[in-house]
Order: sequence, then C-alpha cells, then structure tokens
Amino acid sequence: MVVQTPNGYTLDNGGKRVVIDPVTRIEGHMRCEVNVNDDNIITNAVSTGTMWRGLEVILKGRDPRDAWAFTERICGVCTGTHALTSVRAVEDALGIQIPENANSIRNIMQLNLEIHDHVVHFYHLHALDWVNPVNALKADPKATSELQQAVSPSHPLSSPGYFRDVQNRLKKFVESGQLGLFKNGYWDNPAYLLPPEADLMATTHYLEALDLQKEIVKVHTIFGGKNPHPNWLVGGVPCPINIDGVGGVGAINMERLNLVSSIIDKCIEFNKNVYLPDVKAIGGFYRNWLYGGGLSSQACLAYGDIPENANDYSAGNMHLPRGAVVNGDLSTVYDVDQRDPEQIQEFVDHSWYTYGAPGKGLHPWDGVTEANYELGPNAKGTRTNIEELDEAAKYSWIKAPRWKGHAMEVGPLARYVVGYASGHEDIKTQVDGLLRDMDLPFEALFSTLGRTAARALESEYCGRLQKHFFDKLVQNCVNGDTSTANVEKWDPSTWPAEAKGVGATEAPRGALGHWVRIKDGRIENYQCVVPTTWNGSPRDTAGNIGAFEASLMDTKVERPEEPVEILRTLHSFDPCLACSTHVMSPEGDELATVKVR
Amino acid sequence: MSQIETFYEVMRSQGITRRSFMKYCSLTAAALGLGPAFVPRIAHAMETKPRTPVIWVHGLECTCCSESFIRSAHPLAKDVVLSMISLDYDDTLMAAAGHQAEAALQDTIERYKGNYILAVEGNPPLNEDGMFCIVGGKPFVEQLRHAAKDAKAIISWGACASYGCVQAAKPNPTRATPVHKVITDKPIIKVPGCPPIAEVMTGVITYMLTFDRLPELDRQGRPAMFYSQRIHDKCYRRPHFDAGQFVEAWDDENARKGYCLYKMGCKGPTTYNACSTVRWNEGVSFPIQSGHGCIGCSEDGFWDQGSFYDRVTDLTQFGVEANADQVGVAAAGVVGGGIALHAAVSALKSAQKKTQSSKEEA
Repeated sequence: MVVQTPNGYTLDNGGKRVVIDPVTRIEGHMRCEVNVNDDNIITNAVSTGTMWRGLEVILKGRDPRDAWAFTERICGVCTGTHALTSVRAVEDALGIQIPENANSIRNIMQLNLEIHDHVVHFYHLHALDWVNPVNALKADPKATSELQQAVSPSHPLSSPGYFRDVQNRLKKFVESGQLGLFKNGYWDNPAYLLPPEADLMATTHYLEALDLQKEIVKVHTIFGGKNPHPNWLVGGVPCPINIDGVGGVGAINMERLNLVSSIIDKCIEFNKNVYLPDVKAIGGFYRNWLYGGGLSSQACLAYGDIPENANDYSAGNMHLPRGAVVNGDLSTVYDVDQRDPEQIQEFVDHSWYTYGAPGKGLHPWDGVTEANYELGPNAKGTRTNIEELDEAAKYSWIKAPRWKGHAMEVGPLARYVVGYASGHEDIKTQVDGLLRDMDLPFEALFSTLGRTAARALESEYCGRLQKHFFDKLVQNCVNGDTSTANVEKWDPSTWPAEAKGVGATEAPRGALGHWVRIKDGRIENYQCVVPTTWNGSPRDTAGNIGAFEASLMDTKVERPEEPVEILRTLHSFDPCLACSTHVMSPEGDELATVKVR
Repeated sequence: MSQIETFYEVMRSQGITRRSFMKYCSLTAAALGLGPAFVPRIAHAMETKPRTPVIWVHGLECTCCSESFIRSAHPLAKDVVLSMISLDYDDTLMAAAGHQAEAALQDTIERYKGNYILAVEGNPPLNEDGMFCIVGGKPFVEQLRHAAKDAKAIISWGACASYGCVQAAKPNPTRATPVHKVITDKPIIKVPGCPPIAEVMTGVITYMLTFDRLPELDRQGRPAMFYSQRIHDKCYRRPHFDAGQFVEAWDDENARKGYCLYKMGCKGPTTYNACSTVRWNEGVSFPIQSGHGCIGCSEDGFWDQGSFYDRVTDLTQFGVEANADQVGVAAAGVVGGGIALHAAVSALKSAQKKTQSSKEEA
C-alpha cells in the first residue's frame, strides 16, 4: 500500500520487511521495522519505543522539591539534565530567583554533560557504525601514526609504537575468539569504508575516550557529589562556596575550583585534538554517504539553554539557540512558547495510549495518558510475541508531540540549524568553517553525518562556554559574592495554594520540557516532553511521520539482513528510549491492573 | 570450557608484564580491602581461572548502572571488558543489533551453560503481560528468565534490579518487580544504589572472578564488604553531628563550614553503602561532601520514605517524643551515644516502614 504523508513522504509498505529488535547501542529499548524494495532502498520506516515506566503518576502527590531526583532517574546517560529542567519548572511555578553563582554552576554542569554525552555517544555508541575494529588489525602502525599527525598535529599520543601496542592488544583480543562486545558485528559488510589505518586510529580513540569520560564527569562529582545522578536543589545548588574561610575544605574552595578548571581544559584539548579531527577524518571517507537528513532540512525545534544571566530564559540571554524553523524555510525563525496551548501538543492515535476519542492533540498541561496496548489487525505474531507491527494502528509506547502540527527534529543538528538561521555568530563560524574544510555544500549538513558533525561542533562550543562560566564564577567570588542558594521560598508554607510552571533545557539529545502543577504544597501533576519523544515519535493523527522514520526513508541498505546503515542513521540521533516513553496524565490516571500470567 | 584463556594468559598476551600483573593483583587486593597476604592468592587465582562470560541484560532502567560501570578507575572499565570478562551480550554497548544480537545471546547461553554470570540492570514490569518492556518483540521478563536458567549466578545491578527503584515507587504503575522476585532458584547478589559506585561494581565482579565464589552477603543479599556499614558510621562530618553542629539552611554559615547535614534531611544514618569511604568517581567526593544530604538511594523503597528533606528521626507521627535533634545533642556528651543512636534510628526506620506500609494499605 502506498501512502502520501502530509509532511511530504511517500510510504510504500510493499517489498521486503526488515525488523531490528533490539536496536542496540542506545539508551533504553527500541524496535525498528522498514520495508525495502528490490534495489534495497528503504520505502517505509516504523520506529517503536518498547518500554514504558510511568514516572509522572509516581510523581503525583510528592514534594515538588524532590521532583528533580525522580525525573533525574528518567535517564542515567543524560544524567542531570532532567533534574535541571525539573528545578527550573518548580522555580518558575513558585517564582524563585536563583543566585548568579548557582546559574554559573548549573551551566557548567549542563555543559559538562553535553560534552560527556557527545563524546561517549560518538566513540562508544556511534563509532562502530563507521569504524571497523577488526579491519584495524591490517593497519600499518607507522602509516597510522602519519595519519594521526596529519589530522591532528598537536595530539601527543601519535607514535608508531603507541599504535602498535594498541593493535597488538586488539589482535590478541580478536584471536582469543571471544569477541565480547564486537561479537556478531557486520565486519565484512561493504558499508564500512575506512582504510585500516583510520580504523586503527579511531579504535584507539575509542579506548582513549573511555578513559577520558570518567575524568570529564568529575565536575558533576565536585558540585553534585556523584555521577551518574548528581544532587540538585530547588533555589540554587547544594554546594556552598567557601574559598578561604574556616571549614573551606567542606565546600567549593580553591582546590575544588582548580580541579574543575583542569577538567575543563582536558575537555577543550580532547575536542580540539581528537574528537573534531576524527569526525572530519572519518566524515571525509564517507563524504558521499549523505543519507539520513530526514526532517532536519524541513522542521527543527530548539528551546534554548545556558542563560548568561540568572533567571532570564529569553532567547537573547541564552547561548544555545531557541526557536523553530518549519517548511524548510531558514529565512524565518519562529519563537517558541511552551505555555501556549496551541503550540506544543501530543497525539496518541498511533501510540499505545487513548484519549477516549480519537484525533485529539493535547497540550502537556492538559494532557491525558491512559495506556491502551493493542496491536493492529495487520500485525503479525501475537500480543506477547510481535513479529511485525501494523503501523496503520497503534505501534509505540512513544506519543507523537507536534509543534503547531509539525513533526519536528530536535537535537544538536536542530540547534545548529536554528542557530544558523537566527544568525548565531559562533555557530555560523563553526558550520561555515567545517563545510569549507571538508569542501562540502551547505545542504550536506542535512544528513546523518551532518547530525554527527553538529554534535562534535557543539561539544567544542560547549567546551568554550564551560570555561566562560568557570571564569565568571571565579570572578564573582573575587567580587565577594559567594551565594549559591536562595532559601526565601524553601518552606512550603511560603508557597501559593496553587501554581504552575514550565522548565526547559537543551538536553544533549534536544529540546526538553517539564510542566508542573503544584497544589497545597504537593505535585498535582507533572509532564515531560523529551527529545526522543520528538525524534522517535510515531505517526500523528494527520499521518505525519516522525524524525527517525523520515531520516531512514530512501536510504540504500547494502545487505538488509545486516542493517548497518539503519543503525548508523538511528544512532546519529543518540536515541534515549527511557526518556521518551514514560508520560502519564496530569490527573495521574492509574493504569488498570491487568492479569499477570 | 578448557579453551578459555585464564586472566593471566589474556593479560600476558596483551602485553602486560609479570611485574604489572603482580601490581594489578596488589591493587585488586587493596580495592577489596584485603591484606598483602592475599596478593599471591589473587595472582594464583588469576593464573588458573578461566575468563568468565558475562551476559548483561536491561529491563526497565535508566542506564545509570552502565554509565557508572564505565567510570571505574581501578580496574579501568576497558581492562574489565577487554581482559577480565567476556562481555558477550550487552545491548547498550554491543556492536551487533537485532537478530545478530539475539544470536549472540543464544550462542553464549548454549556454549557456556551453567558457567556464565548474568548481570541484570533494571527490572521486569509484570503488568500488561510484561509488554511495558519489549525485547525482540517479546516481554523482557521472558529474556530474563531464559538467560537466568543456565546462569551460574546473577548480579542485580543497582536499585532497580535489587529493589525496584523509581518505576516501582508508589503506585508502581507497570508493576516493576525486582529480579529476586522473578528468579528464585539462582544465587543473586544485590549491588544496590542509584547507581552503585563504579569501583564497588568492578570490585564485586573482580572478587567473584578471583575467588571463584560469591562474596559474603548480608541478610538482604548485599556484599558485606561494601554494604555492612552506614554512610553515617564513616562520614567525615560525623564529629559535627556528635558535637551538635548542624547546617540549618542551605548555604548558611554552617553549610560553608561543612557542618552535619542531618537537619537538611540527610539519610546517611539509615543508609548502608560505601559512599563515605570509597567515595565517588575515583574518590573525588560524595553527596555529603558536596553539600547535599544522602538521599538513601541504596536502600529498599527509598523513594517512598517521605521527602528527601525530611529529617529521618523527626517522625512525630510515630509517637517519638525525643526527636533526633535532642538525641544528637545528648550524644555529644555521652561516650558511645552514637551507637545507641544508631540502634534507635534503625528501630525507627523499620517502624517507619511498617507504619507507612500499613498506612498505604489502609
């Protein structure tokens, strides 16, 4: 059957159906089904969130000051970003103003997360879609050393001996016959294009990045006590500052600041010497593989983040851009208002929920979620053993959020498209520079590789911003302001009987919003619309496909039984399924308890 | 099984010298809190023991346990994965997907029947026929049961697998259920925490590989070496507690002096974990050191014990006349008062749980 979607795609579910479940190297659980024609071109794509936890109903009736801890556990990969969004939502509802130092520390933590998440994503979740570690065994260590020095002259780890050691270790590992994580990879698939030297270089950096990532997160440990899942505070940050007074060892002091500063420098170094050069080098070999753009050239959404001054979340005060681009028209950037009931709405006609009557879209403040797990008439298999889904019916635990009816892409590429379109100087300079270096046209940005490159550029930009806010924090202390928390409204007796608020951030994966209603000191309802809900959404009522689905269309798959191209594009979004699939009604409707076998 | 290389062989074949190997054994001994006498024993074990296959499955979770695991500094996560275990299935990190991933799982189960360790991150939801968490088109609980059947032992990583954690907080809409309530015929080691400390995770694995046995477990099934003492017992701010010096409000003068966070709701007195000794992220800090109280994330049902900012002993609804503030001040003047307090707090805690659950049922 051939279907035309309102957002411009022709879907044909004839031909061969390919099912990937589980989609691995992502956070959470996901399934993907595609149809390919006789030329192995994808003609239909179906993305399914396959987990649901129901955190919002759990939040109902709790202390709003605790909500950050619950929502932080939505995701341990983008750890902290839900917590930040939550404290912002509660502060917005209660009218709490945070001190400048708290704003700087929160920004440093959020930027630190962006960098950590982007690095781990690229090297540990995404790289194996481009890099073949088995092929690295064929590399000449001397030639690898030359390649390393050519792509990144200032990276110290570049000697032939260094690469030979790594290669030897890899060789013994492969020869042991226990391939562990590399087992059953598609290592002889022609979709892998790197020469052995580039494979060895990148595999080496897989290991370097694994060592580095545990250093990066120490910034969270210093300010938040641990990572994953550091601690946050409504009204500011929990860590006090005591630079040089009695008991300073128990607070943020000079030694702690020095440690933060040294880690910030390590991030900057790694971005400059390893991450960006790798993306350019690897991207160079795949420069003709420009599939996967999907919605990025058409519809992008960003809420903005990293406020320069505390408590001002207007577009002009934020370093990461805010706005919406639709219909492929980059000449206009629309402002986004999370409070406007007409702008953001969620649809469930293809999701395993019901609103009672079909065809409705609801704003998060007025949303309803009632689980309704059922397979369509054309699904194959059984209720508890799905072979093929029926996408004409309900097929995912993810809802379909839309901005003014448009399916939107969110994430680093969306931020960079919105930033570029709004004339953001730093972003424009970075993007133009990368395209010039790689001799690629502007349109090349709208691709799987463009998404991967935008993430690397953003990591570099966030590294600089992290330093900016560190300097700002220190300068503020020098000026005598060491305040980190505003406790005027800590006591619930100071709160109004009823309040509602919105918190928004740019999580590593994209625009993240929390909507909270507070009544008599307790959470009356809580809603999260998260990045992978946008990107991984199923069809909506009108039939628009979501960003994952759109990005897979028209891609050529060399060997459908080894779906490396599909993984490549899905991974370029950095899917986070635990985040995307937990929405519950503001009324906190409980699910009916079903009979357990 | 005999074709499996020993650790020592693997480490040697990967260019690690005998000297480095012995150093590694010493560090392992130290990390496990064992004396130097254990070093030769560890070395011997690693020279003769096979590299153990590990299957790591994911249910309803947030992946914080995996993220914590890769933060391990001693041993480094890359050394664990490349040299110590054979991580044959882990959907978060493995290269293969879909059918090939499922095939890797099946192959490992068949080839290493009865000899692999099953690591579980997250838990199975039982409502909706288990379809709140789907893997390969089927309920995750089926994959869990299937992989558990031939496992040598099971590690329940984190609060999710051990106790249920956030998705099992009231009213637990998906009926998320901890592993030991679904798998009842296998030895299970609980390593709770949200997440557990990285070096505790690798320490438990290293212990099992080195000694070829389960660590000593407490009554709840947690390794005694890491979970037998309260955060409070080893907290460096403990003297302030004993002296009655407390933070009274966020960012007040006392907070800046690093006083005790007890009045800010710190759950250290009722939480069994290694945070105040091992600390986090290579010993950089732990929650209390960074100014926020412990939220008790390694305790069963910690989400349902009232606000994180409620004082643990300020529980007037349970008829406690002397609240812990007074107890704390009194303790300063009484030798051994701390011990008595702990006994009191423990009793309070179980009373609190009972009262809360009876309240919920009512």
